[in-house]
Amino acid sequence: MSDSTYKIPTMAELNAKGESPEILFWVGCAGSFDDRYKSVTKAFVKILNKVGTSFAVLGQEESCTGDPARRAGNEFLFQMQAMSNIQVLDGYNVKKIVTACPHCFNTLKNEYPELGGNYEVIHHSTFLQQLIDEGKVKPADGKAFKGQKITFHDSCYLGRANNVYEAPRKVLEALDTELVEMKRCKTNGLCCGAGGAQMFKDSEPGAKEINVERTEEAIDTGANIIASACPFCLTMLADGVKAKDKESEVNVFDLAELIAKAEDL
Amino acid sequence: MEYLQQIVFVLVLAVASYLLAKRFKFIKNGINLGKPLDRTDRSSERWKSMLLVAFGQKKMFKKPLPAFLHLFVYVGFLIINLEVLEFIIDGLAGTHRIFAPYLGSVYTILMNFFEFLAVAVLTACVIFLIRRNIIKVDRFHKPEMKKWPTLDANLILITEVVLMMAILKMNAADQVLQAKGAAHYTHTGTLFFSSFLMPFFQNFEIGTLIIFERVFWWFHIIGILGFAVYVTYSKHLHIFLAFPNTYFANLNPMGKVANMDSVTNEVKLMLGMPTEGDAAPPAEVGRFGAKDVNDLSWKSLMDSFTCTECGRCTAECPANQTGKKLSPRAIMMATRDRVEEVLTNEKGLENGKSLLNDFISKEEINACTACNACVEACPVLIDPLSIILELRRFISMEESGSPAAWNSMFQNIETNFAPWKFAPTDRFNWADDLKKD
Repeated sequence: MSDSTYKIPTMAELNAKGESPEILFWVGCAGSFDDRYKSVTKAFVKILNKVGTSFAVLGQEESCTGDPARRAGNEFLFQMQAMSNIQVLDGYNVKKIVTACPHCFNTLKNEYPELGGNYEVIHHSTFLQQLIDEGKVKPADGKAFKGQKITFHDSCYLGRANNVYEAPRKVLEALDTELVEMKRCKTNGLCCGAGGAQMFKDSEPGAKEINVERTEEAIDTGANIIASACPFCLTMLADGVKAKDKESEVNVFDLAELIAKAEDL
Repeated sequence: MEYLQQIVFVLVLAVASYLLAKRFKFIKNGINLGKPLDRTDRSSERWKSMLLVAFGQKKMFKKPLPAFLHLFVYVGFLIINLEVLEFIIDGLAGTHRIFAPYLGSVYTILMNFFEFLAVAVLTACVIFLIRRNIIKVDRFHKPEMKKWPTLDANLILITEVVLMMAILKMNAADQVLQAKGAAHYTHTGTLFFSSFLMPFFQNFEIGTLIIFERVFWWFHIIGILGFAVYVTYSKHLHIFLAFPNTYFANLNPMGKVANMDSVTNEVKLMLGMPTEGDAAPPAEVGRFGAKDVNDLSWKSLMDSFTCTECGRCTAECPANQTGKKLSPRAIMMATRDRVEEVLTNEKGLENGKSLLNDFISKEEINACTACNACVEACPVLIDPLSIILELRRFISMEESGSPAAWNSMFQNIETNFAPWKFAPTDRFNWADDLKKD
């Protein structure tokens, strides 16, 4: 696929043409600004382009959902963000949202309805699973990951918070790899250490960093790929791998990156 | 003299009932210190949750060994208490084993089943004591478990062991009396487990044996009543409160944080949006978030009384596992301690202390990753996270006392619409990168 064929329409552009997409891709702040997570955003956009999904992004009109503000106790700021986002979303008559961030996913899905924002919100793991189920992507064909060992780290905001445990695993199973579980997984999954707005401050005094504890557990599975489905988890685990000096042996990837790679995108 | 035992029994029963009623009122007053919260919706889901989680102990089975041991104690407790019914009737009517003649061989079967349960409870409690004191299971030895909480747990287990021993010894003495043909000692048939204890009593005379049997009987019934009263002072209230606590538990997805409607109105006014309904601000503008126990919902306070300090929450907490000061169990214990302090000191809430700072430190709540592991771990659906979030709300909105890094994050969201310091106009630059790839 040549470079120029990637289409990334904004809601404003489509609206000007009188069109409305099926899905809004909510990129999130990490997906927009974080150098590492931008590659996940790009991988996901490539997949959307490949399967021909009718989508758009908000572009510069997107704004923080308010999740970290709410979890840090600043309910005013959260609600200010939520209300103005809802105005934007409703202004474009958005019905369905997909996002690669479990924090955005949780907030948009569970917390916006009470403030008047009602949308069908799915996480990109569920979206990718649907594409695989429908046969629109066939990641195992490329054999890109044959013989590799992958472990999946459950994001708290996807797993415990919203009971999404199977979709990301089904996506990984479709890669024709060996999926190994950590001891603390699914409902018992250990947080990466970034939730509850911890991403935005140093941890409190303690014996160990949570991300190191979690990364050790992931490395102990013998996996050479740690798969994640959350920008914060990705950062924390990648930092953990770096702290353990295992960068040459273990890689941390998002589900969308793995699928894009398998599809040779 | 004939009625002396009955009179004493009525007195014992009256005193126990009075003390229990008084303690229940105390606990009710404690829970009522909390703010209103409607948890009466979706009643069929609530019943189902209570049946599965409290009655069916569903969440206990995440850890099978303690789950089975606990099941013995729980079933034993429920069923052996049926026997207490006979004790009470006998005690009031001056009869002895009033049901035995009516039930005949069924009584023998029932008593044998009760004895089996008594042995199971006894065994389970002994294993629990070993786990706590000899194997020293980690979650029972965290900093908040020093002194009273540890003694409390051991006292409860030892009391249960002693009470079960009393039943068995009483039945053994009773059977010896039956064999010796003592008057009024109705034949119960062979009671398997206690019959092993009969040799201890064979060589005593009938008069002495009757004293033994009576002593065990009184010991058991006073023990049970005393235990019931003790429970209301201890961490063991879950035997009653697990039921309402699971019924009134949060049914929303764990990730959903409760909305603050008081803030919604203000935000709408600030944004020039129409406010809902009559939009009249509440007569009394309360605090934002929680500084003290009366700022929390009644459900959080019920949670605190329900907590039995098992520490599954703390064992699962990522902050605690990595040596941070936060322990979700300590949050629950601190909340209950503060409620009890408010109810018992003369000045109530105004005694110069508060839940935040005096009972729970900022360092503790700042360590929380809001990962819900503690909420998931609790076998009786206690939610420590909602208390932590309410305290954070107070610190942020009333004191502007959040950690400096969070205040910067707030500022970034306000000015750049992202938690990091990036220009909002750069938000869509990733797309340019893609086109250049």
